[in-house]
Amino acid sequence: MNENPADLAPELCLLLAAVLGLAGGMFLPRTGQWRVAALGALGALAGLVAAGVAATRPELTAFGSFAVDPVTHVTRIVVLASVPPVLALAAGPVRGHPRESEHYVLMLLSALGTIMLGGATDLLVVVAAYLLASIPAYALAGFGKDAPGTEAALKYYLMGAFLGVLMLAGVTLLSGVAGGTAYAQLRTGLAGAPDAAVAAGVVALLAGLLFKAGAVPGHFWVPDVAQGAPPAVAAFVTTVPKIGAFAALYRFGADALPDGAAGWPVLVAVIAAAAMTLGNLAAFGQRNVRRLLAYSTVSQAGYLLVPVAAAGRTDLAEPAVLFYLAAYAVTNAGAFAVVLAAGRDDLRGYTGLLRAAPVTGLALAVCLLGFVGTPPTAVFAAKVLMFGAAIDGGLGWLAVVAAVNTVASVFYYLRWIVPMCRAPDGPFRPARGAALVAAGAAACSLLLGAGAGVALAL
Amino acid sequence: MLTLVIFLPLAAALLLPAVPRRAVPWTWVAVGLANLGLIAGMWAAHGTRDGTSYETNVRWIPSVGAGYHVGADGLSLPLLTLTALLFAACAVYSVRQERRGRAFAMLFLFLETVCLGVFAALDLLLFFVFFDLSIVGMYFVILVWGHAGGAARSALKFFLYTFLGSLFLLLGFIGLYLGADPHTFDMVELTRNPPLEDAPALAGLTLLALGVGLGIKTPVVPFHTWLPPAHTDAPAPGSAILAGVMLKMGAYGLVRIAMPMLPDAWRRYALAVLVVGLVSVLYGALVALAQDDIKRLVAYTSVNHMGYVVLALGAAGYAGGTDGGGARRLAVTGAVTQMVSHGLITGALFLLCGVLHARAGSYDLRRFGGVARAAPVFAGTLAVAAFASLGLPGFSGFVAEFQIFAGTIGTGAAATAVTGALAVLGIVVTAGLFLRVLHRLLLGGPGELTGRVGDLRRREAAAIVPLLALSVLVGVLPGPLLDTIEPLSAAVTGWVAR
Repeated sequence: MNENPADLAPELCLLLAAVLGLAGGMFLPRTGQWRVAALGALGALAGLVAAGVAATRPELTAFGSFAVDPVTHVTRIVVLASVPPVLALAAGPVRGHPRESEHYVLMLLSALGTIMLGGATDLLVVVAAYLLASIPAYALAGFGKDAPGTEAALKYYLMGAFLGVLMLAGVTLLSGVAGGTAYAQLRTGLAGAPDAAVAAGVVALLAGLLFKAGAVPGHFWVPDVAQGAPPAVAAFVTTVPKIGAFAALYRFGADALPDGAAGWPVLVAVIAAAAMTLGNLAAFGQRNVRRLLAYSTVSQAGYLLVPVAAAGRTDLAEPAVLFYLAAYAVTNAGAFAVVLAAGRDDLRGYTGLLRAAPVTGLALAVCLLGFVGTPPTAVFAAKVLMFGAAIDGGLGWLAVVAAVNTVASVFYYLRWIVPMCRAPDGPFRPARGAALVAAGAAACSLLLGAGAGVALAL
Repeated sequence: MLTLVIFLPLAAALLLPAVPRRAVPWTWVAVGLANLGLIAGMWAAHGTRDGTSYETNVRWIPSVGAGYHVGADGLSLPLLTLTALLFAACAVYSVRQERRGRAFAMLFLFLETVCLGVFAALDLLLFFVFFDLSIVGMYFVILVWGHAGGAARSALKFFLYTFLGSLFLLLGFIGLYLGADPHTFDMVELTRNPPLEDAPALAGLTLLALGVGLGIKTPVVPFHTWLPPAHTDAPAPGSAILAGVMLKMGAYGLVRIAMPMLPDAWRRYALAVLVVGLVSVLYGALVALAQDDIKRLVAYTSVNHMGYVVLALGAAGYAGGTDGGGARRLAVTGAVTQMVSHGLITGALFLLCGVLHARAGSYDLRRFGGVARAAPVFAGTLAVAAFASLGLPGFSGFVAEFQIFAGTIGTGAAATAVTGALAVLGIVVTAGLFLRVLHRLLLGGPGELTGRVGDLRRREAAAIVPLLALSVLVGVLPGPLLDTIEPLSAAVTGWVAR
């Protein structure tokens, strides 16, 4: 068995930054705690370099339970690349907070759990990574210690605990019928197992992963956390942990399940259709932009599940999931960055943004149209792959459902764009750091879309 | 070369914020005219040869077989020229645009790049990128510069409707992509080896997706309901581009993508295409007859005119390989000529409607009368445009429609002969409705708003008259245009008969 710790270099970089940050935070003066954020960003960048180097090497498995393959590479790169901007977004609001350094460290640890979730090839590691990714996020959600934050944290925690227990039960069941928890063992063991037991185990396992992914039926926490938690935390929680969850879902569907076991394609396809439809319908009436974005992430989770449903049945599924993850992370981070920059939650607060602050307004327009899948943004290329994976995977009806849902989603994204184009009704001073992150994310989205060929070649 | 022409307006748009405010309109006009000159030069250099000129093929997303592949042939060159011409006319027309003039110019330059890109693309994914962006650009034109009141609503309807169409189009493209072996988005490859030949059911579904997507854009009845409100609330240059250029994208897609790539399915379902075309012709004309809002009226005549195009393309498929191909070739040539002709005439008509609205603030025919006395040049131009639109000999519309009818009826099949003969009724109705417009608006006693209508200003005349002059030129000397299109329509009829 390969037990070379260097294969986990990116994870170790992040862990080291978190530990050093926690220890260093104790000795830093309160005004100087921003250094922890800088350290975290540095750790993430070092990890990014390590991940980039690892991506050029052949695939391998570390410690028998962590695959270093394209799925892991993309998870690593996307998570590590989104950590510095998210830290930058958080740095403004929590500056001078008594627990400033802990805030950054919690983010780092949750990001670490996310990467582990994406790379794990053993159900027990998946459970551990799930906890590592979730528990810091619960604390972050309640960080503001105000009523909405507390409610969000409680709801988040209760949902997470409940669905986590279900997931553990599923893992127990699956390991019982397959005789092990490693994916390779599951694949052979589940082939001869009773169908009902496999199906029950898979459904219970899905409960936990769908909670992390923020998809139906584990999505009830998303709007409350997005609205109640501090905005930077909302940006983090709706972006980063999902990446690992979708990678884990895809990996489980492609590697652990025998072909077509437990009705995987149909099961996931129905969940996908439900997630995109419910997310869209709920987003229609929202007046609070963070709640609107929250429901939009639920519907995006639905689109992301489409290639997961086609996992193992078409060559397009893997690039579709991975590219969509990257595109989604960039776009969602950009949209939340604009919310932070503007500092307003009401749709009407955005009247005239395009004229009062052209760069921020344009960034928001690019991100929102990006969610719709307008070319040449990143989500467009991702959606093309997603539709391709659906049709090639024999799920043509799901492609039509996704297309109709995409059109429906235009409606509420435009509800946000329309006031932006009107004449401004007052001065507008976007926060500089967040505006910079927003502009960067929008530019990234365009670059990733136009340079999709380069990104996919890697 | 073609790439330069496509992206020149976009580059100008990006540089526009650095131009002083007073020079913005003139920069826009200069870029528009320069681009028009370049494209006209390219057409002249291409001549009436067969095949594709100015081809560029760069790998873009190799893992899914998509590339940046552009080129121009006898089908795209006339439409590219038309696009550049209409955008130049809009630039001249908008020299005095007061409200957010810089952003207006930037958006139109962006739209010009996008529209040129659609007609030049030889890769399905690239085509789709430009196709979709045209919707986004036009949405903002209607939303921000539309007439107060219903603009936001109309813009939303336009976006939702055409975006739905574009997604069906995307599904159709993916169907073509997956049906091809090896998988590719390249139009030239797909035309050479039509995909899905051994899977008729899938080919039918793919054609349905393409047909709905392109049909919404064209638009054909029953997918036309987004068009009248969008036109009514759009600013005049926006309407001119929407009708003159963007409606062509649908019909262009039928000739460029649907017919050559799914010949079997096209032939099999040609009767449906014929019927849809016929219904569009008659319904568009009859509904236009009932309008009192002149802009809505012109919008419905677009449904009628694009119906002829669809009819001709259906006839070319329906007759399949039964005749010598002469009549089918005539129909396809007529369809392409009609696209160009409709762009010229309807562009001029919408700009004239804009003049009326700029003066009197209304499109309501009942509130005008006797304008001929108050504004003789305006009246004369409008009369010329109306006669051109109803297909009077001597104008481009006659050349186009004559070929469409001759081709459709001449293919010899019973169904095409009957639909062709019925479609001629559309001409009669159109003639009636345009005469009614001239009667109401220009003649008779002065109406409530007639006093406000001043004559054409110089910039307006400079934008509108060249369009009509070209329509006359094509009507009198159709040779060069037809000779350019002819090799292409021969190729298309050949492909469909495979």
